[in-house]
Amino acid sequence: MTARGFDPKAQAGKVPAPSRRVEVLVIGAGPAGIAASLEARRGGAEVLLVDENPVSAGLMGLDVPLYYGGRQTAAVQAGTRMIEQVFAARPALAEAFEAGVEIELGVSCWGAWVPGLGLASLPEPLAGLADEDRAWMVGFDRLILATGARDVVFGFPGWDQPGVMGAAALAALLETYDAFAGRRLAILGMGDLAVATARLARDRGLQVVALIDPAAEPRTDLPPGVEVLAGWAPFLAAGGADGVESLTVRELVTGAERVLTCDTVVQAIALTPAIDLLDVLGAALVMDPARGGHVPVIADGGATSLPQVFVAGDVAGVADTLAAQQAWIRALAAQNGGRVVLCQCEAVTREALLAVRQPDYLGPPSPGMAARDLGAVLQDGPANPDQIKRLTRAGMGPCQGRRCREQVALTLAGAANTPVSAIPLAGYRAPVRPLPLSVLADWDEARIMGGHWDVWFGIKGQWTPYDDIGTEREALYDNLLGGDMHL
Amino acid sequence: MTAASKAGAAVIVVGAGVTGLSAAWWLARSGVDVLVLDKGIVGWEASGRNGGGASHYHSPLFHEEQRLWPLMDEMLGYSTEYRRERVIFATTEHHLGHYRDMARMCRDIGYRVDDLDPAQVREFVPLAGDNVLGGIHLRFGGQANPQRTVQAYAWALQDLGGRILQHTPALRIVQSGGRVAGVETPRGLFACDHLVVAAGPQSEGLLAQVGARLPLAPARAEMIVTEPAPLMPVGGADGNGLYGRQTLRGNLAYGGGPHEWMEVGPEGPARRPSTPLLRNLSRRVAELLPRAAHLRVIRSWAGVVENTPDGRPVIDRLEDPGNLTLATMSGVGFGLSPASGRAIRDLVIEGRCTFAEIGKLSIRRFDGLADDWREAAGWVPTSHEAGARALGVI
Repeated sequence: MTARGFDPKAQAGKVPAPSRRVEVLVIGAGPAGIAASLEARRGGAEVLLVDENPVSAGLMGLDVPLYYGGRQTAAVQAGTRMIEQVFAARPALAEAFEAGVEIELGVSCWGAWVPGLGLASLPEPLAGLADEDRAWMVGFDRLILATGARDVVFGFPGWDQPGVMGAAALAALLETYDAFAGRRLAILGMGDLAVATARLARDRGLQVVALIDPAAEPRTDLPPGVEVLAGWAPFLAAGGADGVESLTVRELVTGAERVLTCDTVVQAIALTPAIDLLDVLGAALVMDPARGGHVPVIADGGATSLPQVFVAGDVAGVADTLAAQQAWIRALAAQNGGRVVLCQCEAVTREALLAVRQPDYLGPPSPGMAARDLGAVLQDGPANPDQIKRLTRAGMGPCQGRRCREQVALTLAGAANTPVSAIPLAGYRAPVRPLPLSVLADWDEARIMGGHWDVWFGIKGQWTPYDDIGTEREALYDNLLGGDMHL
Repeated sequence: MTAASKAGAAVIVVGAGVTGLSAAWWLARSGVDVLVLDKGIVGWEASGRNGGGASHYHSPLFHEEQRLWPLMDEMLGYSTEYRRERVIFATTEHHLGHYRDMARMCRDIGYRVDDLDPAQVREFVPLAGDNVLGGIHLRFGGQANPQRTVQAYAWALQDLGGRILQHTPALRIVQSGGRVAGVETPRGLFACDHLVVAAGPQSEGLLAQVGARLPLAPARAEMIVTEPAPLMPVGGADGNGLYGRQTLRGNLAYGGGPHEWMEVGPEGPARRPSTPLLRNLSRRVAELLPRAAHLRVIRSWAGVVENTPDGRPVIDRLEDPGNLTLATMSGVGFGLSPASGRAIRDLVIEGRCTFAEIGKLSIRRFDGLADDWREAAGWVPTSHEAGARALGVI
């Protein structure tokens, strides 16, 4: 269709072209992002490489983007010094800088868009960037996402206190920030990630109390001197004002208990690709356990389904940990029953999820509500985490589901008796970093955006009181409202 | 044989959005055997992605909307998170004048609206700031949780014996002897005595199959939501070009501003992207509620709504075939749903709406409409360049 008329209340023409456009924008300055930046730069392209590290103390406190578990030291609050720290911790950044790659640290990407289906109104491909104080847009010809992977974590009693964290977050605090506050670590998991975590911790002079895993057979290639509790699972993390002080573990077969003195419990069971921006972009995704979960559909050279968007590094796929994840969710469910919290932000327990229980602030459920459960919902159609989220609020909080997505999907799959690969992805929406209104706000908004701003569609006559439609009073409302409800 | 596999019902409703579900629930309350078909999940489109407002003084269904909302939790047997009343307040003289006009309009039709001074606004809306010039307090209306409400309709319908088949798109309306005989789906043919079409943007294509013309233009509208804030005395707090609500959890959910016209095929919207507009929404929320400016935006979303050429609903029963009733609320359907469902129930059973005069919502008003009305209005997908040229900014 070609428009003869024009709707000034519509979006077309109002999202301004960004003040800056780069040939190649790279998100994430880990090894893959730096390598991709260097390659593009050496090919003659103008390259902007942004990395959200150092992450603001506020986001770290929300466990965004990784599960820091409150074990960062106060050093992370010193922003400028932390930028120097991050730069120093990644020597390859200096090489990229020397090669002419423009680098911005402490800058997160909270959204990205390419014009396309249902989105004809954008001037060009756009990425939303932000630091602690403001947000801005950058245009790009090519976007390379090297966003890495994040922790997959599981709930057990006491996990919602400082000191329970993820392996990726631990690695970041040790290797990138030099700002880890723990001393004695209990490590959950027995796979490659757990072993690497144990090695890293010991290299940094930390004590590793034990590796704990529900799998009965210990692997044989573990670092010497690290105790392995194979066939065990965490039962309770106890602690005080500063968080974890001990972890009680139970042997699954015998029920024997041990109390491990530790200040940190590191979940080193699984990582999953950080695909949030890809989902916002609308890139084709596929659930592929062999690549570690929901991953982009990719072709040669990291090409995605979107011609302007490429991936590099762990975001394209990580190790297959599905069997371990399933073993963990089963073991924890068997040990801890339904009372364990799965979604920390909204305090949704496993039993609340299975009962599709309405949140407590609604008061006691009606008899009809009390009689409904996940089984009843599943009779009407396959499990969908976004539907369950609406009803229970699991995944609806400020951490944007980072701490519960996989647990919810695995729990739904178990209840529905379907493979977890059949559970749809709980959608990611911009902003994929929870940033304050005042930071995201476009304070320098183009005049054209405000000039035709309308609370709704601005259709003339839409708000005319019904009785006056077709009467001489109709003109009164057209004059008064002009189609705008003017809220 | 399970109930759901019984092929057909006295009334089939196509579309498990808020309007179709309410209609089915009202029909089931009258003892009608009803089956709802949906291409996906209940309330998955705009019905579950809107602002939750329930204060539509312009509608012929307004009085019934106002009567029913306070009763809905009990009637449905499930929580809708309905909260009464709204405050609309201004930070510019321009807006304040409009709000006062709006207050007069509402008083004219018999509803109480109080004028508020800035201090009173801040009492009701503690997140408002020193920039408030004044406001109005609607002592009617309110807001509810769209997602909880659509599910409440669905469950209430099932409690009355009504059936819902999700993931069952209506492919074809089957006619016989000048009447609708049933609906063809990938799961087979479902026979019915009466068909209700409340399929959102897809209604136009379905009705074309029976020779009826329902002109619709789909568009996408966006909202943002913040982390929770302390509960305010009034949850519906609008202004500064925004509609919005504070959820009972405390989150602030706000929308407004430009929409984007789009094409929607028979299978429904392919995507519902939200856009960088979230920055413009964030700014307006921060201006409206300065004491909330530090709150984090945790999500944005978009819903795809269909609009009629005059922006008003169509709630009508066709003359031919005479056993087909249709409804589109033209993008303003959630809050009116308790009443729209009842109106549809009346059309199906009684042949007329028993509680309100809705003749001006007839489909016949579009009989003379030009074929290219969307292009003429510019209600079609428009590129940035075309928009910028028309707006005179390039």
